[in-house]
Amino acid sequence: MVKTKHLENQSVIANIDWLSIFLYTALVFFGWMNIYSASLPLEETSIFDLSQIYGKQILFIGITLPVIVIILSLDAKTYEKYSLIFYIIGILLLMGLFIFGKTIKGQTNWYQFGGISMQPSEFAKIGTALFLSKYITESQTTFQTLKEQVIAMGIIFLPVAFIMLQPDAGSAMIFMVFFLVLYREGFPAWYLWTGFFAILLFILALVIKPVILLVLILLGCIIHFIYNKSIHRNPFIYAILAVVMSGFVFSVDYVFENVLEPHQKDRINVLIGEDVDMKKEGYNLNQSMIAIGSGGWTGKGYLEGTQTKGGFVPEQHTDYIFTTVGEEWGFVGSLSVVVCFLSLILRVTYLAEKQKNNFNRIYGYCVAAILFMHFFVNISMLIGIFPTIGVPLPFFSYGGSSLIAFTLLLFIFLKLDANKVNEW
Amino acid sequence: MRKLLFPIIVLTAAIIIVARLFYLQIVDDSFLKKADINALKIVYEYPERGYIYDRTGQLLVANQPSYDIMVIPREMKNTDTLELCNILEITKDDFIKKIEKAKVYSPRLPSVFLAQLTKTEFAAFQEKIRHFKGFYIQKRNLRDYQVDYAANVFGYIRQINEMELERKPYYKSGELIGIRGVEQAYEEDLRGIRGVHYIQKDKFNKEIGPFKEGIYDTIAVKGNDLTITIDGALQKYGEELMIRKRGGIVAIEPKTGEILALITAPSYDPKLLVGRDRSKNYVAIDSIPGKPFLDKVLQGQFAPGSPFKILTGLIGLQEEVIDTETRFPCSHGFHYARGAFMACHDAGSWNLHAAIAKSCNTYFAQTFMRIINKYPTPAQGVDAWYSHLKSFGLDDYMGYDLPSGQKGNIPSSEFYKKWYPNGGWKSTTIISNAIGQGEIVMTPIQLANVMCAVANEGHYFTPHIIKKIENKQIDKSFVQRKQTTIDKQYFRPVIEGLAEVYRTGTASRLQIPDIAICGKTGTVENFAMVDGEKTKLQDHSVFLAFAPKENPKIVVAVFIENGSWGASWAGPIASLMIEKYLKGEITRTDLEKRMLEGDLSANYVLRDISDKQKEEKDRLKRLEKERQLQLKAKQNGKN
Repeated sequence: MVKTKHLENQSVIANIDWLSIFLYTALVFFGWMNIYSASLPLEETSIFDLSQIYGKQILFIGITLPVIVIILSLDAKTYEKYSLIFYIIGILLLMGLFIFGKTIKGQTNWYQFGGISMQPSEFAKIGTALFLSKYITESQTTFQTLKEQVIAMGIIFLPVAFIMLQPDAGSAMIFMVFFLVLYREGFPAWYLWTGFFAILLFILALVIKPVILLVLILLGCIIHFIYNKSIHRNPFIYAILAVVMSGFVFSVDYVFENVLEPHQKDRINVLIGEDVDMKKEGYNLNQSMIAIGSGGWTGKGYLEGTQTKGGFVPEQHTDYIFTTVGEEWGFVGSLSVVVCFLSLILRVTYLAEKQKNNFNRIYGYCVAAILFMHFFVNISMLIGIFPTIGVPLPFFSYGGSSLIAFTLLLFIFLKLDANKVNEW
Repeated sequence: MRKLLFPIIVLTAAIIIVARLFYLQIVDDSFLKKADINALKIVYEYPERGYIYDRTGQLLVANQPSYDIMVIPREMKNTDTLELCNILEITKDDFIKKIEKAKVYSPRLPSVFLAQLTKTEFAAFQEKIRHFKGFYIQKRNLRDYQVDYAANVFGYIRQINEMELERKPYYKSGELIGIRGVEQAYEEDLRGIRGVHYIQKDKFNKEIGPFKEGIYDTIAVKGNDLTITIDGALQKYGEELMIRKRGGIVAIEPKTGEILALITAPSYDPKLLVGRDRSKNYVAIDSIPGKPFLDKVLQGQFAPGSPFKILTGLIGLQEEVIDTETRFPCSHGFHYARGAFMACHDAGSWNLHAAIAKSCNTYFAQTFMRIINKYPTPAQGVDAWYSHLKSFGLDDYMGYDLPSGQKGNIPSSEFYKKWYPNGGWKSTTIISNAIGQGEIVMTPIQLANVMCAVANEGHYFTPHIIKKIENKQIDKSFVQRKQTTIDKQYFRPVIEGLAEVYRTGTASRLQIPDIAICGKTGTVENFAMVDGEKTKLQDHSVFLAFAPKENPKIVVAVFIENGSWGASWAGPIASLMIEKYLKGEITRTDLEKRMLEGDLSANYVLRDISDKQKEEKDRLKRLEKERQLQLKAKQNGKN
């Protein structure tokens, strides 16, 4: 028994996590079905028609197969060993955009050479995840010193800075999820709390009158101070906190009016229920909610969605692909997709926690966190609980860059996981 | 803790997403409708409305195509208003008003922009329609009247209004609906069922094919043709006779209850209420003195006078308070109570036969008193009398198949208890009822129905206008015999009396050669307020007849407003109607000529003045009321 086990240990096939592969395949396949529905032309053509979006997606799916084979056949140590190289390649690709990139609607997110285009920010995530894991593993840090904290944040913010310059707020935002990984590895909690409170205050400041919010903040500080039984409680800290928060609240209005782009303001206005024109800035969200909301329990049937057929939802095959699920497959279909993503994310998290090697664990965490962020931001924006931000739904949305990048991201981890029995 | 935070965040996020999805997809059901509005274009196809034929198979009402210009305000784009107005010959103000109205109804749903274009107008517009986004042409069917009479029988069709739209969920804005007459009564049979085609649109509003290959589409079902009981020739003749007179004629076949003719005067040409001038013409017709839109046969109510004596006689016989040989002396009337005298135009001692022929007031007043006094209390007496009358369809809408009508009034004991709360009323108090005055109110069709029951010797069929509906049975209640409470044996003596009316009585000059007619004249006093004073107008002229005496084929009731006594206008017109129907031609051409040319306009001068004054008074009252309301509202506002 022991002998045979040792033999099996050598094989990727025997050790790879088939549940993850099953979920991955299900999502890719169901994603393609919905892309087919969303991009179906009036005249029937072959599903392999490369002039059609669904035909191209089949090509992309085809490309992932050799990619997977290569990832799985490389030595598991390669990824840790060359993580800096991957990171640097990612950064270079991002920098190269400013020279070779194609500018569409004021954003320079893509390379386009001939018929092939590529979005480097998708790949930069992988490099960042690998290099961040590597740094934490190498330095064996638990982020007790400011220096370590700054280095970790530097690794994250370097690509973010280039992405913000494109500008692409959505992709940049995805990188913030690395803080959840850092927290798991010992990063001080107050970073998260500060971020959380900043977001909360930002939203409240937009919804409630600043003066009322100010009173609430002061009351909160006073009550907290009274009930704080700690002997270290320092009234000055409370006073400073109150002043900072008040200052923040008053700056929100300024930021909102002067820093945010008009379309970003619109997207927030749409969400907090300000009066918006459903034909203009509110159009996307409105049509998206109509598509999903009209699905009912079991949907209108595959290829029968009126919103989908009529092309009412913009970019339906990419960022808005989930609206097709909602419309044609209803609540049952939507729930299934959510459960698939949830299972995959939690499965990867679970596998990560089981790793004996720190690099593997941290990288696994990064994979789960990136998948989660995409999943949450994408679906939330379609159903009106998050501002509209253009991020794709992993494995589901149309697009070669995102499909191949997410496949790389996931399968590198699956390779590491399959190799864990060899880690000593 | 650090291990748990991420899974907790992931689970929380998933729960929020699922909850929100549940809300959008299951709880809030408004999205499905929005999706349909987004993506579906509904095209209606209107079937031909059913034709209307008369009892002889003559086509009376057919259809002609009509074209409405429809507008969907939301889809209008860069409309060249000036050109559109020029083509359609409307002003820019009209254009703005119509678009505003359409927007109020719905920016997304089609409204009629301009209704009922003629073929040439339609052709001119069709050439250019592609320049006008948001406008399209909807074909409908309008009526094409083959005859210029029977407008009151047909009713008309017009666009449904907002109030009706709310009550009748079948209809869509701009659709046509039958109003009054047969068009209203048999609307659901005539209109058929519209066809619906669902067409899938894309976001540019471009049609991309039938929705789901047309599985929800329905084809239009043609309306059912109707055959009505009217005899076209008789109806036409009756209307001609009524020119320059006011009132109504109704002719019924007693064996079946089928209405042979239903005439009201003044009337109008049904063609006037078709096409774009419909509403203009409607206003014009409505302002003609004499209320052309009031069906005087169905809605005209009055104290019937002498013809009612038939019923008093029949009830007397049934209650066995008289027999055919009972005689009452009359000396130009009689004293029925101290100081109370009922006048009568003849003197003598009459039995029933003679009393009917001579229309003796005394005789029927005495009979009436005996009926009431037969019972221990006047209340019981009146109720017994009332239930006999009720069996003739009086004090009742009768259930005929035309949408307008009045129930008239027959007083019951309840009625008098209200009127005399302290009691003290008895037969003599209400004696005017004996001769069809007092509290009795009837419509001409009720009178005719009474005569049908007499002609049938005890039963009648509910009068009706429908003879046959294509693919459908007519209402069963129209072929059910309605029995009156009077035994058959009592009718013969009354019929003999009515025949005597023609032989020697009040209508002796109106005989028709070879036809034995039974009839009864009536004269109805009436008053109007002129300059604030109650003024007596010329009497209404009433005549009720059936013929032939044996095996009766037609009952005619004629009511001529202010036509003086029964035999002057109503009688001759009734006899001409009978002759026309039974013989197909008129032998008494002198009488016919006199009736056709007869002009009663002079008799209506006072009535018209009175009506105008009343209208003006009502208008002022209304204004005053509005003013008061506004004042009140203002005060409330201040408080």
